[in-house]
Amino acid sequence: MSASSKLVGQGPEILDAERLGKPASLWRTTARRLFQRRSAILGMLILGGLLILATFAPWIAPYAPDEVLIGTEDVKRREGPCIHLLGCPEDRPQHLMGIDGNVRDQFSRVVYGSRYSLVIGFVTVGIAIIIGTLLGALAGYFRGLVDNLIMRVMDVLLAFPSLLLAIAIVAVLGPGLINALLAIAVVTIPAYARVMRASVLSVKETDFVSASRALGAGTARILFGSILPNAMTPLIVLGTLEIASAILSAAALSFLGLGAQPPTPEWGSMLGSERNQVFTAPHLVFFPGLAITLTVLGFNLLGDGLRDALDPRLGRGTKIEVV
Amino acid sequence: MFSYIARRLIYSIPVLIGIMIVVFLLARLIPGDPCTAILGEKATPEACARYNAAQGLDKPITTQFLIYMGNVLKGDFGNSIRFSRPVTQVLVERLPTTIELSMGALMLAVIVGIPAGVLAAMRHNSPTDVATMVGANIGVSMPVFWLGLMLEYLFGLVLKDTPLWLPPTGRLSAGLASVPFFEAYGWAVTEGTATYKVLEFFSNFYIFNSIITGDWEVLNDAVRHLILPSLALATIPLAIIARMTRSSLLDVLGREYVRAAKAKGVPHRTVIAKHALRNALLPVVTIIGLSLGGLLGGAVLTETIFGLSGVGRAVYEAITARDYPIIQAFTVVIAVGYVLVNLIVDVSYTYLDPRVRLE
Repeated sequence: MSASSKLVGQGPEILDAERLGKPASLWRTTARRLFQRRSAILGMLILGGLLILATFAPWIAPYAPDEVLIGTEDVKRREGPCIHLLGCPEDRPQHLMGIDGNVRDQFSRVVYGSRYSLVIGFVTVGIAIIIGTLLGALAGYFRGLVDNLIMRVMDVLLAFPSLLLAIAIVAVLGPGLINALLAIAVVTIPAYARVMRASVLSVKETDFVSASRALGAGTARILFGSILPNAMTPLIVLGTLEIASAILSAAALSFLGLGAQPPTPEWGSMLGSERNQVFTAPHLVFFPGLAITLTVLGFNLLGDGLRDALDPRLGRGTKIEVV
Repeated sequence: MFSYIARRLIYSIPVLIGIMIVVFLLARLIPGDPCTAILGEKATPEACARYNAAQGLDKPITTQFLIYMGNVLKGDFGNSIRFSRPVTQVLVERLPTTIELSMGALMLAVIVGIPAGVLAAMRHNSPTDVATMVGANIGVSMPVFWLGLMLEYLFGLVLKDTPLWLPPTGRLSAGLASVPFFEAYGWAVTEGTATYKVLEFFSNFYIFNSIITGDWEVLNDAVRHLILPSLALATIPLAIIARMTRSSLLDVLGREYVRAAKAKGVPHRTVIAKHALRNALLPVVTIIGLSLGGLLGGAVLTETIFGLSGVGRAVYEAITARDYPIIQAFTVVIAVGYVLVNLIVDVSYTYLDPRVRLE
């Protein structure tokens, strides 16, 4: 995309931002647009709530996540929720989400689970972005054999359904949360590599890159100083949306017993270990699943909002609303 | 056109060989060896050496791979270590389950997703639009396995004594059997031949088989069993298709030829159906093709939850049991299917958009 064609069809606010030449104003525009979208605000609220849960888990959760209540309280295994506000007798101990199969407070476990989901999302996407961006940048910058080699490997990775490939990788590395994260990171690398390569290809030929080459900048400096900052926008959008799917995949792996292992209070693993009880104790399946759904929804809403706010060319829906 | 298809098929050969190499190596990197997995307690070094020699596992890995490739070209995927049966036989039994499930889900996603997207775009910014998009956002955010379990609970238990009750697991109710059409019609085919395998493969599509044989009881039962797993598997592609249709149609509705059509007095419905939708469907078709990979991944989870013995679950179980031949064959089949579907998607562009020329 050349600079001239980029100006066509964009709102006046972008034109101003580009004329001023201050990158900060683009970010301010982005932030303003983000806060104009109700769905993006909802996404941020959900994620903000999640962040509070994760940070203050020890104060919010009434019990420790692995505290077995046998002997300390008069509760039964897989007992349903007891909420005082909803008519549960005051003399019974309150358990908002009931008791799990090992007589632990389900609510406390769900609260602590928020820590895992956030870490899973950011770590996998972090690894995938770093490796994917690097591979894509190398492929796009050097072209030729390097490009062919890297992109054909990416093609092979993309030819597998990602969850199946992740299962196979975990099988090689051995079950466990860390290995599950690595597997999910590996299967998402091709997406970043492709996006980065495309960006590099389009930015590489621009005048400012030629200018910096003429000034004697080395390959690394051109790649990371000139090209990368200009290719960041699609990466940020993709990253936010990929956090959502990374959390879903990690939960799926844990559900299958390949990711986080019990007694870790990870939502997918909690769901997996109680899945045969869905008819007898549906609350043990319902709440962890609801937590996953809300978290993923938060990242999806924020990602959609960011995409529309950062790149008006992609967000057709917004364009009509803005005009 | 045909030269394009031929060229695409030739180009996909290196990718397929790459896939086979990756799968072959991955399968051998899985910790533990098939000998101890199969022989268990009896796995003395001597027994293992004999076993490995019999299975060809004692040869260098490159030789193993070349032998494997040669056999695959002859249509021989070897024997399943776990089931001690030809892998092709396991495929014949399990692939139809997964294809039926994926087709059911894909049909549901398309039949509901496209109209939902069209409706949302036609009533842009109305409550219908907002509701559809909120629904779509929640749809893409739900874990398949959670949705599946909740559907089982809702339709299998809560609605138990109502007409809405649906069977939560399996492909057919106990006591019912799907009689293969070639047996029902008394065709003389010898068991074990290639023809028999092909016929058996098609007869394992219960819905197709029961329609052909006119067994309405089995058809009704099979369809009822398919609804919940399809619904669980369809949700994510449905939501994606609805969103894509909406945004693509909104984009097209702003184009000049749509305005021109409206200006010359073409009725609103005709503008949408004939002028706008056809152009808007192009990216939607791409998304449908791409969602197939997600469907196959989701099939692992859906089949596990709904007790269906399909390909997805077979691969998962084979990986945990180190059943190399199954892992290799099924992954290759899935990858080939994926490559073919993407080819079909590319070719279908020419029908949707005559400007697209395949070169």
